[in-house]
Amino acid sequence: MWKTILRRVLIMIPEIIILSILVFLLAKAMPGDPFTGSINPKADPAQLHHLMKINGLYDPWYQQYWNWVVHLFHGNLGNSYQYQEPVTRLISSRAVNTLWLALFTTILTYCFALPMGLYAAKHEGKLPDSIIRVYTYVTYCIPFFVILVIGVWIFGYVLGWFPTTGSISSTANPGIQSIGSRFYHILLPGVLGALFGTVNVVQYLRSEVIDAKRSDYVRTARSKGVPEKDIYKHHIFRNSLLPIAAFAGYSITGLLNGSLFTETVFSYPGMGLLFINSISYRDYTVITALVLIYGILNLLGTLLSDIILSIVDPRIRIE
Amino acid sequence: MSLVEIKDLKVHYPIRSGFWNRVTDSVKAVDGISFNIEAGETYGLVGESGSGKSTTGKSVVGLEKVTSSSIMYKGKDITKKANRKSLDYNHDVQMIFQDSLSSLNPRKRIEDIIAEPLRNFENLSKDEEKLRVLQLLDIVGLDADALYKYPHQFSGGQRQRIGVARAVATNPKLIIADEPVSALDLSVQAQVLNFMKKIQREFGISYLFISHDLGVVRHMCNNIAIMNRGRLVEIGTRDDIYNHPLHIYTKRLLAAIPETNVNDRAKHRANRLAVEEVYREQQDKYYDDEGKAYPLVQISPTHSVALPEDVAKELILKEGEVQA
Amino acid sequence: MGSSTQFLNIKDVSTAFKINGKYYDAISHINLEVHHDEILAIVGESGCGKSTLATTIMGLHDPAETKITGEVDFEGTNLLKLDEAGYNKFRGAKIGMIFQDPLSALNPLKRIEEQISEVMTYHTNFTAEQKHKRVLELLDQVGIVNPERTARQFPHELSGGMRQRVIIAIAIACKPDLIIADEPTTALDVTIQAQILDVLRDIQKENHAGIILITHDLGVVAETADRVAVMYAGQIVEEGTAEQIFNTPKHPYTRSLLRSMPQRDNENDDLYVIQGNIPSLQRMPHDGDRFAPRIPWVKDSEHEAEPTMHDIGDNHKVRCTCYKNFEFPDETGSVKL
Repeated sequence: MWKTILRRVLIMIPEIIILSILVFLLAKAMPGDPFTGSINPKADPAQLHHLMKINGLYDPWYQQYWNWVVHLFHGNLGNSYQYQEPVTRLISSRAVNTLWLALFTTILTYCFALPMGLYAAKHEGKLPDSIIRVYTYVTYCIPFFVILVIGVWIFGYVLGWFPTTGSISSTANPGIQSIGSRFYHILLPGVLGALFGTVNVVQYLRSEVIDAKRSDYVRTARSKGVPEKDIYKHHIFRNSLLPIAAFAGYSITGLLNGSLFTETVFSYPGMGLLFINSISYRDYTVITALVLIYGILNLLGTLLSDIILSIVDPRIRIE
Repeated sequence: MSLVEIKDLKVHYPIRSGFWNRVTDSVKAVDGISFNIEAGETYGLVGESGSGKSTTGKSVVGLEKVTSSSIMYKGKDITKKANRKSLDYNHDVQMIFQDSLSSLNPRKRIEDIIAEPLRNFENLSKDEEKLRVLQLLDIVGLDADALYKYPHQFSGGQRQRIGVARAVATNPKLIIADEPVSALDLSVQAQVLNFMKKIQREFGISYLFISHDLGVVRHMCNNIAIMNRGRLVEIGTRDDIYNHPLHIYTKRLLAAIPETNVNDRAKHRANRLAVEEVYREQQDKYYDDEGKAYPLVQISPTHSVALPEDVAKELILKEGEVQA
Repeated sequence: MGSSTQFLNIKDVSTAFKINGKYYDAISHINLEVHHDEILAIVGESGCGKSTLATTIMGLHDPAETKITGEVDFEGTNLLKLDEAGYNKFRGAKIGMIFQDPLSALNPLKRIEEQISEVMTYHTNFTAEQKHKRVLELLDQVGIVNPERTARQFPHELSGGMRQRVIIAIAIACKPDLIIADEPTTALDVTIQAQILDVLRDIQKENHAGIILITHDLGVVAETADRVAVMYAGQIVEEGTAEQIFNTPKHPYTRSLLRSMPQRDNENDDLYVIQGNIPSLQRMPHDGDRFAPRIPWVKDSEHEAEPTMHDIGDNHKVRCTCYKNFEFPDETGSVKL
C-alpha cells in the first residue's frame, strides 16, 4: 500500500506543476495591476512604472514564473501587495482561523445529519421521514447567504447575543479566555452552517440505508434470527456509513478552503475572506498561493479518500 | 470454404503491478483456440463460468480486442476494424445476448430497436423499413402493436424474441447466441429454442450457440466444442461428445447434468462420483505441467480431443474394449 | 417414509401482497407437510409463488404490505401467530435458510467467521472459543478444504461455490429441523451444483433435518427430492413422491413442463410449447382451474368448477379432474409462432 501512496504522490508532481503554471498565467491575465488603485491618483506615472519594474512585473511570464518557483522552494511566496507582509505568514494566520470554524461546522453538520439520515431511513415513508425531507429541501432551497444575513441581524444586532465580526476579541487574554473568545466567535456561523448544510449527507445516508434495508444480506441476517435492533446496528448502519466515511476524507482537506459566504458576512478573517479580498485588490501573490494550495489540497483529498475507503471497505485494496 | 475460420484466437487481459504499474502478467481468458464455422450449421460452445466461452463469442462478432489471432471471413481478417467495415461484417454476423432487458435500450421503442441494424446497413425508405420491421415481428410471433411499446412492457420470453428479431433483421449469415435462454423459464425457453430452429431452417443461418447448459446444447447443436480454462478440450459431433466423450473434463460436465430419470438416480450419482475421483487423481494426465489443456489431436474425421497422442489412443482402445 | 415423523404442517396458507392499495394472492390455500429425513421439492416457474411460500414460512414479509392467513404448525407452534421476538427463536435456530445468490446474501464487510458465529450468538450460550471451534467444524462439514483460512476471509475473496457452502454452514449452524433452500444452485456451474446438492443431502442425513428445496430445475428435483410439489399460479397442482411425479405425472401442467424440456430423445423435434402466458399477480384467474386457459382444447366439462386436490392413491395428489382424460393435441410440438 505504501508503494501505491508514494506512486500517487509522485504522479501529483507533474499535476501540480501544470496547475501552478495555469494559476500563474490566469492571475497574470487578470486586468489591472496591484498599484494603480492603491497609490495617490495624482502620482507620477513614472513612479508607477518604477514600482512595476522593481517588482519584476515587466519580465516575460516564464521569467516571472521561474522566480516565483525558486522563491517557493525557499518557503517564500512573496509579499502581499495589499497587506505588505509575507504571504506565508498571512496565509498561515488565516488558515488557523478557517480551520477552527470549518472543523466546528463540519463536526456539527455530521452531528445533525447522521441521526437525521438514519432516522428518516428507518421510518421510511412515515411522518418523521417526511418532516426530515421537507426540512432538508427547505434548507437546500433558501440561499445560504440569506440565512447568514438574517442570522447576523437577529442574533448579532437585534438580540446582541453573538459577535458579528472578527475571530477573537481584541481584549481577550491568552489562555482559557482566548479559547473561549474564539469559540464564542465561531458559534453562530458554525451552528447556522451546520443547520443549513445537512441536505447532502442526510439524503445520501438515507438512500444508502434504504438500499441496505432491502439487501439480501439483511434478509440473511433476519433469517438467522437476529433482532431488528441488532440488524440495524451491525449490518445496516455500518454498511451505509462506509461511503460517508470515505467522503469525510475528502472534506477534511476541504476544511481549509473556508466558506466564502460565512467569512464575508461575519467579516471573519479566514481563507475565504482573504481570497475574495485579494481578488478585488489584484493581489497576485496571494491569489496564486491560495489557488495552488487549494489545488494541492484537492489532490491530497482524493488520495486520502481512497486510502480511507481501502481501510474501511475490504473489497477495495490499494495494491 | 468455411464461412468463418478462427485461427489460434487469444484474448489476454493484462495484470498490472509493481511500482511503475507495468504489465507483469496476464489473464488468459482465451488462449489459443481454432475452429471453423460452416454455413447453415449450429455450433455449441460449452463451458463453465470463466472458461472464456463468452469472450470467444464476442471476439468472433468483433466486440472484443483480441491479443492475437486471425478470424477469416470472405478471405479477410476481421480482427482488423478496417476489414470489418469494408466487408459490412456486422451486417452478416449478429449477436443475441443473455440478458434481454439490459441489452435492449430501455428508452427506445421496439420499432427503433429492430430497425437499428437496418438503418446502419441498408438504405430503406420509411415505408419499406416499417414493412420489414412488421415482417420481423410477425416472424417472431408478436403483434403490430408491439411497434410502439418499450422493452419493459414485455415478458422475458417476448423480449428475447425481440432480440432475435433484431439479430435477423439484416438477414445475417451467422448469429452468435450467448446464453440466449438461460434466464428464461422452461416453457418460454422451449418457445425461443423452437423459434431459433425455425429461422435457421428458413434462412440457412449458422449459429454459434454459447451455453453452460448441456441439455439445451444437445437439443440445438450438431457440432459441439467443450471449453475449459480458455482452451478447447474436445470437439465433436453430438454423438461424439455425448456418447463417446474422451477428455475427463467433458466426462465430468456430462456426469454433472441432472437427469430427469428418477429410477437411475443412484447409478447416476455413483457414476458422477467415480468421474470426479478420476478427475482429481489424473489431473496430470489430462493437463500439462502448467495446468493447461494439450493441443487438440484428431481421432476421427469429426472428433478431436486435447490429449497427448499416446494417451488418446490408449483411451480409444479402452473404450473399444468396453463396448465389445 | 415409514420411520419419518411429520413436524411441519402448512395448513391452508395464503399470502397476499398489497399493490396500489389492493391485496393480490401470491399463494392461495397451500397445504403441505414436511417430515424429518426428507427433501421436499417445490417446483414451478417464476411467479408461481414458490419463493413466497418460503418467505412466508420464515416470516420475512413486512406485515404492513402483506396479508397472510392460515396456519404454519411447527412442532405444535403456529409460526404465523408469533411476534418478532418469538419468530427469532425459530429463525436460525430451528429453521435455516439458504438463498439463491450467495454473493449478495453475505455481508460484504464482515469476515466469514463473524457471519457464521453471529447465528450462534443469538441461539446458543457458546463462548467465543466454542463458537470459533464450531465455525471451523461447520466449514469442514460443508466441504471447505482450509477452514482456518476461509474463516478469516471476506465473501468477495471466495468463489461462488465456496460462498454457497458458507451460506449452508450458516443455515445449519444450530442444527435446525427444517432447512429451506431457495434455488440454492441456480447461480452456480453444473459441477459445483452437483457438489452443493451432495452437501445438502449429507447434512440432511446427519441432522435428520427436513429440507424444502425450492427450484425451477426439474433435473435438480429428479436427482435430489424424495417428494415433490408442483406449483402453478400460486397453487399446488400436483404432489407426490419423485417417482410418482416423474414416472407417472398426472396434471396437465406437470406433463407439459416435462414435455417442454430438451431431452435425450427429442433432439431433432421441436419442443412442446405451453400456449399463452403465466398470469401476472393482478390478472390471476380466481374461478375454476387456473391452468385451463393454457390447455384450451380441453372441454369445460372436464374441469371442476372449484378444483380441489384429489388423492389418486399412495398419497399422489392432483388438482382438478381435467387430468383424467387429458391428451396433448395432435399438432403438438408445431406451435404457431
